[in-house]
Amino acid sequence: MKVDPKDVIIDIQHISKSFGDKTVLNDINLYIKKGEFITLLGPSGCGKTTMLRMIAGFTPVDEGTILLEGKDISQVPPHKRPLNTVFQKYALFPHLDVYDNVAFGLKLKKTPKEEIDQRVRKVLKLVSMSDYEDRDVSSLSGGQQQRIAIARALVNQPKVLLLDEPLSALDLKMRKDMQIELKEMHEKLGITFIYVTHDQEEALTLSDTIVVMNEGKIQQIGTPTDIYNEPVNSFVADFIGESNIVNGTMICDRKVRFIGHEFDCVDEGFGENVPVDVVVRPEDIYIMNNLEAAQFTGKVTTCIFKGVHYEMTVVTNEGYEVMIQDYNAFEVGSEVGMLIKPSDIQVMKKERTCNTFEGEMTAEDAVEFLGVEFDCLPQEGLEKGDKVKVEVAFDKVDLMDNLDEGVTEGDVDFLLYKGNHWHLTIKTEYGFNVYVDTNDVWDKNDIVGIRIDKEDIKITKISE
Amino acid sequence: MFRKRSTWALPYVIFMVLFVVLPLLLIAFYAMTDGNGHFTFSNIAGFFTDAKFLNSFLVSLEVALENTLICLAIGYPVAMILSNKDLNKSAVTALLFILPMWINALMRTMATAEIFNAFGIQLGKGTLLFGMAYDYLPFMIYPIYNVLNKMDKSYAEAAADLGAKPATVFLKVTLPLSMPGIISGVMMVFMPTVSTFAVSEILTNNTIQLFGSVIQEQFYNMMWNQGAALALVMLIIIGITTIFSSKKDGEAEGGLI
Repeated sequence: MKVDPKDVIIDIQHISKSFGDKTVLNDINLYIKKGEFITLLGPSGCGKTTMLRMIAGFTPVDEGTILLEGKDISQVPPHKRPLNTVFQKYALFPHLDVYDNVAFGLKLKKTPKEEIDQRVRKVLKLVSMSDYEDRDVSSLSGGQQQRIAIARALVNQPKVLLLDEPLSALDLKMRKDMQIELKEMHEKLGITFIYVTHDQEEALTLSDTIVVMNEGKIQQIGTPTDIYNEPVNSFVADFIGESNIVNGTMICDRKVRFIGHEFDCVDEGFGENVPVDVVVRPEDIYIMNNLEAAQFTGKVTTCIFKGVHYEMTVVTNEGYEVMIQDYNAFEVGSEVGMLIKPSDIQVMKKERTCNTFEGEMTAEDAVEFLGVEFDCLPQEGLEKGDKVKVEVAFDKVDLMDNLDEGVTEGDVDFLLYKGNHWHLTIKTEYGFNVYVDTNDVWDKNDIVGIRIDKEDIKITKISE
Repeated sequence: MFRKRSTWALPYVIFMVLFVVLPLLLIAFYAMTDGNGHFTFSNIAGFFTDAKFLNSFLVSLEVALENTLICLAIGYPVAMILSNKDLNKSAVTALLFILPMWINALMRTMATAEIFNAFGIQLGKGTLLFGMAYDYLPFMIYPIYNVLNKMDKSYAEAAADLGAKPATVFLKVTLPLSMPGIISGVMMVFMPTVSTFAVSEILTNNTIQLFGSVIQEQFYNMMWNQGAALALVMLIIIGITTIFSSKKDGEAEGGLI
């Protein structure tokens, strides 16, 4: 998609950042259009706040440039950037009253007194805090402090307003109200808003554009509808809304096989017999008592009323668990038939089909990878010191409760239920990612021992 | 009798009465009586009429003020460096400032005096201020460090974000927000300096007599009533300054007093 450079207010090019050994941002490219409400969305530790702090100027940029209206601002100190920030914990100055907090920026710019007065009044009216001028900030409620923090930033008429999880400290009801108000403010002022949140619902409600981030990389950029309906990978699909994510095989164009059945779909260009991830939203599966007309059948195992709809779990005859949302309830234990429309099937390229590590032979029958030594089958033609590529299938990695039984250990970083098994991302003690398919139930942050049988370690020499 | 929770405070009440209230009453009693136990104001009046007492009191105030300013001028930057995680990566720096406090103050002072003597530096006001600043610096650093360390970094960031240059950030945000620590530090340095005695004797070879030494001299010479009166006057004057400074900043969060 080509964009007129005049419409771009912020252009982020090849930004990278590490704290010590940890890479927080890895070659980020992103442009932000004038007047846009853009949200950086991702789980904690994905780099979204670091990115916002770099735009604001609080965190120095390691590599890459940030352009504001075509000018490089990467080395400009924060007080010279025409941007303002609303901080997560408000950061209102406790020694100043509401008026002086809001007027802080204007006073520094030596704005005439009457103009300060006028602008402070106007902005306080905008955030519905007109009668609070002389109040002590510590006497205000969380929501009121939030409004003052927004007013303090907006009064300077910034080109871009940066918001760092501004609503996370508010209770649910307050948060919903503030979301609506923020959206209205954005429409009224026409200023570009860059918003950081980990709350996917908030992102979907507020944004014109959502940038989904994970592990220092942008996963997907798109409108809320795009992101929801056409997630590009299983991470985005799982992070945004509820979804059924299962392994599948693209048989040929417009034909995909998953949960033991063949389905028509609308996706093309994956090739033939290619392993893929398939996403179906729970509201997109039609459930009925008619078993004849169904594409697949199963038995209802749970049925929970969720206010507007019922959420049901159905175990198919082939043993896959699917989540379904429907306005009608189907009794637990009843046989049901299900249908999925071709356009509701979202096929995604698999990010990887097996674990691949770089390793080094330490003996004829031992190889070092993940920072530790594993026993392997005797490798002919390989010697100590040879660099090798190590491949291990997802389901061949054994996880142990007892850490002593493992060769190395790690903690469960990310879990994804794939209909009949769990797909886990394990972060090992030396910072590597290991992907594991397992039927055992683990929780996030569980510490596990990792073992791999020697027959399951596939080694190929890296030719130099 | 132990059913009421307030009775649990009894041991502390007894302690306070024995070691705080009673001695204070004794001081007041001695100050208001003559050698024969008759009520008199002459001891207290002595403070205002005897030039020796007034002078040494004024000198004490001056030295205390100078010492406080020196400690503040050195202590504030040190506290800032200690609380800045980019500059102070190890605990060693903090330890260096605390380490001298592990040694008895009197021994430290005597050693300081010996060092001055060894280098042939004349003992006087300069050496006195040096020794006092050396003694009291940690009391200034600690409360300020405490406040700065707990201060949310986002205040300074918010100020910079709103267009404040680093110097302005310090003057308009960091400094006013660290006031409770400064006040605590000032009081912890100023008050004990006024009544110091041994330090001034050792470090000035008795050329400068601070008020503490004058009081001590009275007791040495068995003039209990005069000594008590001087102590009482000093307590009252320090008390007034305490009330004054704590009123100015009622919500001294993070401070020590």
